[in-house]
Amino acid sequence: MNSILIIVFAPLVAALIAGLGGRVMGAFVAKLVTTGGLFLACALSWPIFLQYLGGGVEPGVVHVLDWVRSGDMAFDWELRVDTLTAIMLVVITTVSALVHLYSWGYMEEDPDQSRFFAYLSLFTFAMLMLVTANNLVQMFFGWEGVGLASYLLIGFWFRKPSANAAAIKAFVVNRVGDLGFMLGIFGTFLVFGTTSIPEILAAAPALQGASEIGFLGLRVDTLTVLCILLFIGAMGKSAQLGLHTWLPDAMEGPTPVSALIHAATMVTAGVFMVCRLSPMFEAAPAALAFVTVIGAATCFFAATIGMTQWDIKRVIAYSTCSQLGYMFFAAGVGAYGAAMFHLFTHAFFKALLFLGAGSVIHAMHHEQDMRYYGGLRKEIPLTFWAMLFGTLAITGVGVVALHVGFAGFHSKDAILEAAWASEGAYSNLAFWLGTVAALMTSFYSWRLMFLTFWGKPRWAQSEHIQHAVHHGHDEPKDHNPPRQEDAGHDVHHAVPDPSHHEGTGGYHPHESPVTMLIPLAVLSLGAIAAGFVFSHAFLDEAAFWNGAIAYNEHLMHEMHLVPGLVKYAATIVMVLGLLGAIYAYLIKPSVPRETAEQLGPIYTFVYRKWMFDELYNAVFVKPAFWLGRLFWKKGDEGTIDRFGPNGVAWVVARGSNLARSVQSGYLTSYALVMLLGLVAAVTWVLF
Amino acid sequence: MAGFPILTVMLLVPLVGAIACLFVKAPAARLIALAATLIDLALGVVLWANYDIGGDQWQFVESANLFAGFRYALGIDGIALMLIMLSVFLMPICIGASWQAIQKRVGEYMAAFLLMEVLMIGTFAAQDIFLFYIFFEAGLIPMYLIIGIWGGDNRIYAAYKFFLYTLIGSVLMLIAMLWMVNEAGTSAIPDLMRYDFDPGAQTLLFLAFFASFAVKVPMWPVHTWLPDAHVQAPTAGSVILAGVLLKLGGYGFIRFSLPMFPEASAQFAWLMWGLAMAAVVITSLIALVQHDMKKLIAYSSVAHMAIVIVGLFAFNVQGLEGGMIIMLSHGLVSGALFLCVGVIYDRLHTREIARYGGLAINMPKYAVLFLLFTMASIGLPGTSGFVGEFLSLAGIYQASSWAAFVATTGIILGAAYMLYLYRRIAFGQQVNADAAAMPDLSARELLLLAPIAAVVLWMGVYPESFLAPMRADIELLDQRLDRAAPASDADLVIGEAAPAAAVEPAEGAH
Repeated sequence: MNSILIIVFAPLVAALIAGLGGRVMGAFVAKLVTTGGLFLACALSWPIFLQYLGGGVEPGVVHVLDWVRSGDMAFDWELRVDTLTAIMLVVITTVSALVHLYSWGYMEEDPDQSRFFAYLSLFTFAMLMLVTANNLVQMFFGWEGVGLASYLLIGFWFRKPSANAAAIKAFVVNRVGDLGFMLGIFGTFLVFGTTSIPEILAAAPALQGASEIGFLGLRVDTLTVLCILLFIGAMGKSAQLGLHTWLPDAMEGPTPVSALIHAATMVTAGVFMVCRLSPMFEAAPAALAFVTVIGAATCFFAATIGMTQWDIKRVIAYSTCSQLGYMFFAAGVGAYGAAMFHLFTHAFFKALLFLGAGSVIHAMHHEQDMRYYGGLRKEIPLTFWAMLFGTLAITGVGVVALHVGFAGFHSKDAILEAAWASEGAYSNLAFWLGTVAALMTSFYSWRLMFLTFWGKPRWAQSEHIQHAVHHGHDEPKDHNPPRQEDAGHDVHHAVPDPSHHEGTGGYHPHESPVTMLIPLAVLSLGAIAAGFVFSHAFLDEAAFWNGAIAYNEHLMHEMHLVPGLVKYAATIVMVLGLLGAIYAYLIKPSVPRETAEQLGPIYTFVYRKWMFDELYNAVFVKPAFWLGRLFWKKGDEGTIDRFGPNGVAWVVARGSNLARSVQSGYLTSYALVMLLGLVAAVTWVLF
Repeated sequence: MAGFPILTVMLLVPLVGAIACLFVKAPAARLIALAATLIDLALGVVLWANYDIGGDQWQFVESANLFAGFRYALGIDGIALMLIMLSVFLMPICIGASWQAIQKRVGEYMAAFLLMEVLMIGTFAAQDIFLFYIFFEAGLIPMYLIIGIWGGDNRIYAAYKFFLYTLIGSVLMLIAMLWMVNEAGTSAIPDLMRYDFDPGAQTLLFLAFFASFAVKVPMWPVHTWLPDAHVQAPTAGSVILAGVLLKLGGYGFIRFSLPMFPEASAQFAWLMWGLAMAAVVITSLIALVQHDMKKLIAYSSVAHMAIVIVGLFAFNVQGLEGGMIIMLSHGLVSGALFLCVGVIYDRLHTREIARYGGLAINMPKYAVLFLLFTMASIGLPGTSGFVGEFLSLAGIYQASSWAAFVATTGIILGAAYMLYLYRRIAFGQQVNADAAAMPDLSARELLLLAPIAAVVLWMGVYPESFLAPMRADIELLDQRLDRAAPASDADLVIGEAAPAAAVEPAEGAH
């Protein structure tokens, strides 16, 4: 069990060495230490996971240090390992180690590499603390720790205003979720008298429907309100509808960060939390219905936006948002195993897609707009193949009859089948929205592939490419490129006529270095095989879970008995999406523009991301600043000071000369008077 | 340790130093001040090391009868011990921060600071209510001088406002004290803490003390002296003002208002919560729009101290301990933030946020420490700020979910204004050549900030060191409040302004 200590703390130690000593030791040592630490952690994590896969291993808890003792509240620094943790351990350490390695190539020319690697390792430490938490407060520690690392990494290129804005937005929006999480912890402590997760989960079922609690003047079912509060925290971290606005902007960070934090690990923390607390959620059906609806709505709405974006990273970001929605509604309908399974497979194929996109961006000299890609299949073939595997995985390609397919085939089908089979509230809605979203997933994924790798090169118009051509390809990359064309401000040119932009501009993309290709290869393996290999354990083995989640044996059985059409639904829509993308982007490239024009305002609404940013700016951000100025100028200065101290001063100034002389600075005499008065008063009282 | 009057010695060392400073030249005055504060810090460590956790409630007791019923009585419990530690820890740092920044009247300046230390320790250690009053009120005078003589351009207005505000309450408090002593027949604080005043009288007594303590904390709406005082005060003045002087108000509530007037405290809980809720939201929003670094941190102090108040008036152990930990944490963190402001103010002589930018490029060490303190101020788990905030808010949630909800919004707004500040100072392009040319932290500055950083992390990871000495005292206080809290709790929360939410915990759950 002690290997868990090394797994968790090796990244922390590496981060401190690289962060504090990076300037002295140089970037190479910093990179070596952090990457070495992560590979060590990864090497120790897989045996733990395989042990649990073999079954029969009981959960263990390692006590590290007391943390807080306050009255009857007590929580410690503890590392818990059970099946759920073991899954997260391999996901986190594997993707993190690969991303560290990838960054050797991707960040090669960055002057601040040691800082970058320190942040990556710090993030990994915080994420590991989150998944090994044995109490809600340590989970919150990890929760905030990953938030800090995410903030630092999104704003890594801190000279760039847009990166800073995105970093602050990510932190503050997450804090809105944290408000819910914190209140949830307080409420949980109030009800259960503990923050220890196992104790809470043991006590929760007894309260089902049997108790009420007051919250903000209302009287509501105890577990419902607690679960919803905690889930609001999960919504923030996992970018669910309403609190998702930070995730697309988070793409300002370097691409390896997007792969690690904003695809594979941190954003899945919310799903992990719901699964970790699944016995409690199971006892709160209304909260589960809420989870289902939010998850289904997110998976649908994010997919619509994903179909319209031009920035390659933003497409994948909305795709992530959408896939997280799948995981949540899987949890909402009671299929926690399926949710975790999708989390597991998604980590591999989404990290692959992001790292592949990074490789494309690397080759295209930091151009991220797919309108300026095209024809890259032959230029960067290895990246192409990696992206292809990722796309096959996310769209869920497989043979239903044989039950063999790429990673996403197994996990997404399981989720849709579970949604169909479940009797939970709104599970039908979730099934239909999930199926439609699967069609859109297929469409936008292939759209990305076709725009990037097929067709003729459209590189000539790209400022980045022009910059590269004119200034020589090999000079150090400009790591603070001008603001990416903001998707919002050129609606009229949103869908260009591709024929105007064709041409290579004399540019020759290069395949990425081997440090970047190895992670792509390993993750490709995951994208191909993770679903097939682990499907049985995650979905069908209660013994594998061993009580780590609320395992619904009935549902897991039922989902295999759904009608044939349901089984084929995902595959059918996948093919439809593919055909649509082929038609619109390979056969008749004028279709997207015409469709967009015909849809008019609807297209604009979707293209501008359902106007959430505009709405929040108008409702929250601007009023906050306006209110701040109001309270300051009209409140503090205009009212309190005016009638308070300044008013008194005015009275005093026009008062008697005596008063003025007393107030005008002979402080020592004033103090003396005070003291004498005090002595006199005391004497009078006591004698 | 038996028999050695350590508390008196801790008062005498800076006092003697202060007198000596008045008669020597600047370099000697600096050295004397540093030596005196370091000796006091060492004595503080001895004090803490010898404090018997789980022993007598009052330790290191000294007592002597003076003239006319005045008693010179000192003694500390765990709460006072922690606040004394905070004071003696921050004092050498303040002297160090003034090492080069203060060039005129150095002797007098150092004397004022040392006198300040005497009065602060005295306030926390006093066991006689009148002795407390003298220390408490006299603490104004050196601060008034520090702002008024060594302050910025508008120092006279700020000093005057500071003095006027903080004096308003003191007259009422003195009258209340006289009445209490007359009624209870003793001026000993430990005895008064056990005396049960008539609930009717408590109401007036509470309000009289409230008038004094609320200004010191400061609570909204009597906070407007604080931004001005901070802006005009020299760096070290701000550190001690935010670090210790604001804690006098909180200390007053926990030492006097709560144990001496439990019924009235419960009766006025809605008032305290209401003002604190208003403070969290309003002053956080104001902090968001500030252009002046010191003003921003000053407003954030008001918001943080409001969380102290909701914690103290949550009537349970978590709230009380949380309130105390925030006081310690805020003392360190806001002190450190003012030092961070001072570091760049010394280089560029402006507090205008827009004049800076991109400091992470030319001042990387500074950027790291500033970030740490920013995060501690935001309440990131692992730093001291989180432990206090978490306990305090967990405490108030048990009393009122409304108050908890509104107070917890502070974590969102706090993140917004602090990160916005940090971004404008440390991130972005280097727009101003003079700001871009500023050198990184000197060894002296590093030496001032690093110890605070270490304690901030210590308190965040293992707060037990700080909670343990206070545990028994908080327990006693909680027991004393128990008789008032539940009975009046129901009355408190059912109001038009604050809908009933607090009653539910007990009956709802189990």
